[in-house]
Amino acid sequence: MIDWTGDMEDNRIQIRLQQDGPIRLDIEFSCAGGEILVIVGPSGSGKTTLLRSIAGLYTPTRGMIHCNGETWLDTESGTRIPLQKRRVGFVFQHYALFPHLTAQQNISLALGHLDRSRRELRTRELLELVHLKDLEKRLPSQLSGGQQQRVAVARALARDPRVLLLDEPFSAVDQQTRRKLVRELAQLRSRLHIPIIHVTHNLNEARQVANRICIIHHGAALQIESPDEIMAHPRNSRVASLIGHYNIFAGTVVSHDPDRRLSRLLWNQTELITPYQPEFQPGQQVEWVIPADQLVLHQRRRPSAGERENPVFGTIDECLQLGQNVTVSIKPHHSEESLTMTVPAHVARRNDLREGEQIGVSLLQEGIHLMEKEVLKV
Amino acid sequence: MDWQALQLSLLLGACTAALLLPFAIVVSRWLAWRRFHGRNLAQAVLALPLILPPTVLGYYLLELLGNQSILGTVFTAVFHDSLVFSFQGLLLASVVFNIPFAVQPIQRAFETIPQDIREAAWCCGLSDWQTFWKIELPLAWPGVLSALVLTIAHTLGEFGVVLMVGGNIPGETRTIAIAIYDRVQAFDNQSAGTMSAILLLISMAAIALIYTFNDRLDRRYGR
Repeated sequence: MIDWTGDMEDNRIQIRLQQDGPIRLDIEFSCAGGEILVIVGPSGSGKTTLLRSIAGLYTPTRGMIHCNGETWLDTESGTRIPLQKRRVGFVFQHYALFPHLTAQQNISLALGHLDRSRRELRTRELLELVHLKDLEKRLPSQLSGGQQQRVAVARALARDPRVLLLDEPFSAVDQQTRRKLVRELAQLRSRLHIPIIHVTHNLNEARQVANRICIIHHGAALQIESPDEIMAHPRNSRVASLIGHYNIFAGTVVSHDPDRRLSRLLWNQTELITPYQPEFQPGQQVEWVIPADQLVLHQRRRPSAGERENPVFGTIDECLQLGQNVTVSIKPHHSEESLTMTVPAHVARRNDLREGEQIGVSLLQEGIHLMEKEVLKV
Repeated sequence: MDWQALQLSLLLGACTAALLLPFAIVVSRWLAWRRFHGRNLAQAVLALPLILPPTVLGYYLLELLGNQSILGTVFTAVFHDSLVFSFQGLLLASVVFNIPFAVQPIQRAFETIPQDIREAAWCCGLSDWQTFWKIELPLAWPGVLSALVLTIAHTLGEFGVVLMVGGNIPGETRTIAIAIYDRVQAFDNQSAGTMSAILLLISMAAIALIYTFNDRLDRRYGR
């Protein structure tokens, strides 16, 4: 929960938005100056509506937005600062550059708060900041996707914004440009000291740029934490599935061993050793997840020590080569549910992995994460 | 060759455009972005002059502007002049029959401006008025130009409504289209031919101008 009464003079933005329809919103978070908070969710989850609400392009039924000591929105008291006065830098998904104006004019148009004499200097500074110094006379149509994105960022920064909002900013550029732009965004963050709220459906992109990730689904924030924490410890199976985990199962906690810092979990008829998670009671029904890269294949020719860790034996259900990797689906002998793991193609070849073959895998203890069984709200 | 008729037609076209375009810009911007009950009806009413026979339109305008009508009575009381068979009446009729020619191209132009461009302008701190002036109008400019050219060209060529409302008074209501008809009636085919050729040239030049200008803008903006 956010402390709404605390000191707000620290470049922080605090947001609480709620409404039932037409797009459901039930979200509360804060973002500190210099922090990149990435909102990740599938299409239609309310990501863009959230950004538009912060910018003032959309007013939710109930909500509160405090930014750097100012109240931008408080539906209870009827406060709603017009978007022109919110000092928001917004980078739109398709950049929304003014097609009839040059890069320079696009930027200087957002400098209305400065004296005419200072606008030119500030435009030059911004063009330099985004590495576009020699292209200032070009129209957007004469710029590449990456260059257009830089103009959009410079224009968003021109207002000296209190918060920078990025709506899928890398979706319209190729992979190479995306890598470059991600690096530039990281550099920019260290110079800006304002909150940056970045919306994307691409989890890899989120993991690269985020200080914290907020997983959003049907307008509700399911979990807000660092990328590593979310990937390793999703709060529930919904989050686990949204961040791309396949191996999500139900199980029962058997016991805890505080001395050895481990817990025991019963999955169908197999007992698995997991990291110590005493918050779950013995006998409690839970869901658990293991990332595909935490399954280790038992090599047929050279058995290794790791094979003693949660061994599971079964039949290969499916072998699917996707690029350099092979996704292997294994049906354990005792279970109807399949485990999925990814191995490099050469490993699959060397171990002669084929559908119907018998195979052993180890579920690495550190990779297993227990989650509260989700109560579905319909 | 009736130079006076050509001059009158050009004056009528210019005055019509001057009166109609500001109205068309406001109305078409409203129709492009607002969704309201009766929007389709409003669009249908504004498009009526496109499909109504000019004589029908002329008849109703005659009724509306005639000395017995409310509008005609008020106009006569204030300006001590008549609306029918006068330049001012012809101008009013010309504004009415040109409405779709002005509104539709501008509306289409406003509709092609993506919503996020306007939102980006607001996020840049621009007021609604500044956004209209600096972003919307320059981007809708091809539509405005089309409306201007079509209005003038159509005014030069309109015959039925002009004859019904204005008659054929030299220097007052005899436009070039009426003059051509008048010359043919008088078996003066040479004058009729010259004037027809001038109208043909003007019309072709107008259409070519629109296409060229729009094409250049499309390439410039990468559309």
